[in-house]
Amino acid sequence: MINYIPPGLILIIAGFLLLIVPKQLFKPIALVSPLITILLTIQVPDGVILKSSFLDYSIELIEGDKLARLFALIFSIMAIGGTIFAINNIKSRELGFAFIYAGSAIGVTFSGDLISMFVFWEIMAIGSTMVIWNGLEKSSHKAGFRYALIHFFGGVILMIGIIGHIYQSGSSNFTTIELNSWPQWLMLFGILINAGAWPISSWIGDAYPEASASGMVFLSAFTTKTAVFVLLKSFPGTEVLIYIGIFMIFYGIIYALLENDMRRILAYSIVNQVGFMVTGIGIGTEMALNGAAAHAFAHIIYKALLLMSAGSVLYMTGKRKCTDLGGLYRTMPITTICGIIGALAISSFPLTSGFISKSMISQGAADQHLTYVWFLLTAASAGVFLHAGIKFPWFVFFQKDSGLRPKDPPLNMKVSMIIFAALCIILGTFPSLLYSILPFNVNYVPYTSGHVVAYLQLLLFAGLAFFILLPQMKRTLTISLDSDWFFRVIGKKLINYFSIELNILSDGIKRGTPEQINSFIEQIFKYHGPSGILAKTLPTGRTIFWVIIIFALFLFLTFVS
Amino acid sequence: MLSQLPALQVVIPLIAAPLCVILRNKEISCLVSQAVSIVSFLISLILLQQVLNQNVISYALGGWLAPIGIEYRLDILNTFILVIVSGISSIVTIYSKKSIEHEIDSEKIYLFYTGYLLMFSGLLGMSITGDAFNVFVFIEISSLSSYAMIAMGKDRRAVSASFTYLVMGTVGATFFLIGVGLMYAMTGTLNMADLAERLPKVYETKAILVSFAFISIGILLKLALFPLHLWLPNAYTYAPSVVSAFLSATATKVAIYLLIRFGYTVFGSDFVFIKYPTAEILASLAIVAIIVCSLVAIFQTNIKRLLAFSSLAQVGYIILGISLNNLNGLTAAIVHIFNHAISKGALFLAMGCIALVIGSVKIKDMEGLGKKMPFTAFAIVIGGLSLIGVPLTAGFISKWYIILGALDKGWWVLAILLLLTSLLALVYVWRIIEAMYFRSSENVYKINEAPISMLIPMYVLVIMTIYFGIETSFSAGLASEAAKFLIGT
Repeated sequence: MINYIPPGLILIIAGFLLLIVPKQLFKPIALVSPLITILLTIQVPDGVILKSSFLDYSIELIEGDKLARLFALIFSIMAIGGTIFAINNIKSRELGFAFIYAGSAIGVTFSGDLISMFVFWEIMAIGSTMVIWNGLEKSSHKAGFRYALIHFFGGVILMIGIIGHIYQSGSSNFTTIELNSWPQWLMLFGILINAGAWPISSWIGDAYPEASASGMVFLSAFTTKTAVFVLLKSFPGTEVLIYIGIFMIFYGIIYALLENDMRRILAYSIVNQVGFMVTGIGIGTEMALNGAAAHAFAHIIYKALLLMSAGSVLYMTGKRKCTDLGGLYRTMPITTICGIIGALAISSFPLTSGFISKSMISQGAADQHLTYVWFLLTAASAGVFLHAGIKFPWFVFFQKDSGLRPKDPPLNMKVSMIIFAALCIILGTFPSLLYSILPFNVNYVPYTSGHVVAYLQLLLFAGLAFFILLPQMKRTLTISLDSDWFFRVIGKKLINYFSIELNILSDGIKRGTPEQINSFIEQIFKYHGPSGILAKTLPTGRTIFWVIIIFALFLFLTFVS
Repeated sequence: MLSQLPALQVVIPLIAAPLCVILRNKEISCLVSQAVSIVSFLISLILLQQVLNQNVISYALGGWLAPIGIEYRLDILNTFILVIVSGISSIVTIYSKKSIEHEIDSEKIYLFYTGYLLMFSGLLGMSITGDAFNVFVFIEISSLSSYAMIAMGKDRRAVSASFTYLVMGTVGATFFLIGVGLMYAMTGTLNMADLAERLPKVYETKAILVSFAFISIGILLKLALFPLHLWLPNAYTYAPSVVSAFLSATATKVAIYLLIRFGYTVFGSDFVFIKYPTAEILASLAIVAIIVCSLVAIFQTNIKRLLAFSSLAQVGYIILGISLNNLNGLTAAIVHIFNHAISKGALFLAMGCIALVIGSVKIKDMEGLGKKMPFTAFAIVIGGLSLIGVPLTAGFISKWYIILGALDKGWWVLAILLLLTSLLALVYVWRIIEAMYFRSSENVYKINEAPISMLIPMYVLVIMTIYFGIETSFSAGLASEAAKFLIGT
């Protein structure tokens, strides 16, 4: 019978328990429940195995297939890693909410119908908002609220899309969906908001870095990757995704290069990496889809690793700006090494997990003779190396001596980093481990000499460029306008130009409310505020006035018609 | 005995009310109200069972048959309303003891329960009766007693709020009465079933058009549709917490029931929605109500007032569902009557707990309550999520049906608009949650959680809010049966 328990439910229940149990039970529950989840996940067979009903629709709480198992597996691995990293954080309610968040993400992957998918989707939004709120700084409340607004907005769009789709097609089945009329477009739009796709992508850089050190490790894994999963399942081969994905890739790179906060750099690089996956989904061949799925798998591990190492630095020093950091490699050797391994993996260095996954997406583009796409992907690989592969470790661990002498973090944090670093290398060295669980059969050999040499050259030149341009790179640390105006001004202008309309929603609120919005709210307040005309209640005369108006309206309309 | 249940449903609370006056004892009158509410609830459940078996129950009051005597006529819709009213009343009366002792002078408590029972029987009578004039009588019974109960609020402004309500309520009831009078003049009957038969013959007459306008305005005043809502916020804000909870969960809901009853049964949906643009009038007022009242709620500093405005917005959703005039829309309206009753009931009861413990319902006084009153605060979170319409709460079910209804009608822009307005609810709910959980209070003195006798009834509603968000065969099932019955498919 144990097969029939939805794996995500275990984590959700454990999450609620963690919020209320006494201290002695906290660690056992936190450590055991993700393990049970993994066991249950692996055992889910193909096909629908748990059905229920809701309103007039059938609900398929567990429908197993290779793709679902792949994502559920990496989500539960992530839950374990994150738990080890955060296990000493008993005081805060963060871990409990993180479990609810992770459990609902797993719930999405096993959903067989759109309604249960949507329900888990919304729980995920609540759970992740709570994780951000438990950053417990003033700014994290506000960021958390902006995050919640954007995600509930996305949820609303998705919900209209789903209802419209069910209404049109009569089926709530969660499967490949043709983009043929507005409900499907709304669904796609709602999902893309969670994927962090342009134009509503600023929430990633805005909200994630406001979470606590361990909170961001969790956040990086689930929301965007669940969106990638849904896209993989519902919208493979949708051409528009190629362009959206490529835009995301470069958006992420440009913003990350301009950023000074180390965790914000990594947040923007999530957008960039998800861009690769979205592009792969847009290409839509088996090779590209496999690549997108594999890249999501690999990405969750190395991004978590990078954030653990950044989180350790934050935890030990309390500082998050690149300008305040530097020279930490002397006293934090393990954190440094793990950070570098993560950085190499994100740059797709041979023998790391990033290499075996990202190259599949490029190969997918090449197979389809999408020359420009292939070219842009390759160029972007160099860009990734610049912003995440070198910039992050260089400014945090090397560069100048900041005078800080922190130790390596506590044992549990070291353990989780070492596990994830090892996973990066194991997956990169033995690609068949990952390839065997991908949704389609893989006939792809990543380690051909030509491929390896080409990649090494690319990375080498990107590295060279970084150090040659180092003065310019450094200057990004102070806010200045100089010869780097190309990236800073033109690049940013270009993006702003296109996204200004929609970004006013998120970006505008983000950087201190601009005047227009303030005056807009003031206008609303003027009429709706406690003393505004619409909130006044006392005068009897006014109601009578309205009674007469509406009475007249009724009479007029009924008599003329 | 079983065949007399429809009469007992109304008569028991009506007789218990003077009993409280005679006894003049606050303990006993509280017990009496609790017992009466629970008995009424059981009766309504039995009636529901009967209605499900035989569709319609007709009961001739005093043995006088329909055209001459007053008929009580039960179908799925009004039996469902009876269950809601008496169920909420059972919970509220069990909850009320401590809260009333705190908020009302001790020597007036027996009078409070007298008024409460009268109002309760008035609401039951409005729902159960099949006679248009009888509806007016019960409207007056319930209104007069509710004026008295609101005036008992601690705040001195309660008296003026009550007076405003009295004026508006009287205007509404008078309009209703004029409408009924015109119908009687044209058809010679007051029985709803007879009216439904005879009205089509005189549809074209001006008198019927005018009577429809009078009745609609009268009911819209009672159910507080924007912009006829001005009496409601003050009444809810300054009334004792128990009264706010009971009024918001039942009084406006019964008025909405009357709108459905007169729209679909008495006048008939062809007359109301197809021949005349009632749907357009109602829908546009409802949309304005939803947006304006949600925005006003966002800026309120007094939480009871915030909830009052949120109720007005929710009334907008229900009216919108009715005006869609299709199966899903009507189902949405009826199921939201139920869902909103339980979630808003829970929220007002939570406000009662807070008023009892900290003596204020201002948002700034609630800072840090998440730690000090964890159970109450959590109840507010769940109730709030249901107002937003988050999945797994009752509010989601209503939202789902109303979207389907809008799509059935082909109004998908409206569907999008409706869902976007739920973001406004997110903002005002967030303000409460933020104050409770993320601001620390400056007050250092220790606060205890509300007494268990209040927490349990409140949590019954909270659990129902979640339960009916998952298992909907009772709520949505009955609502769609009722809607099918009304639309006649």
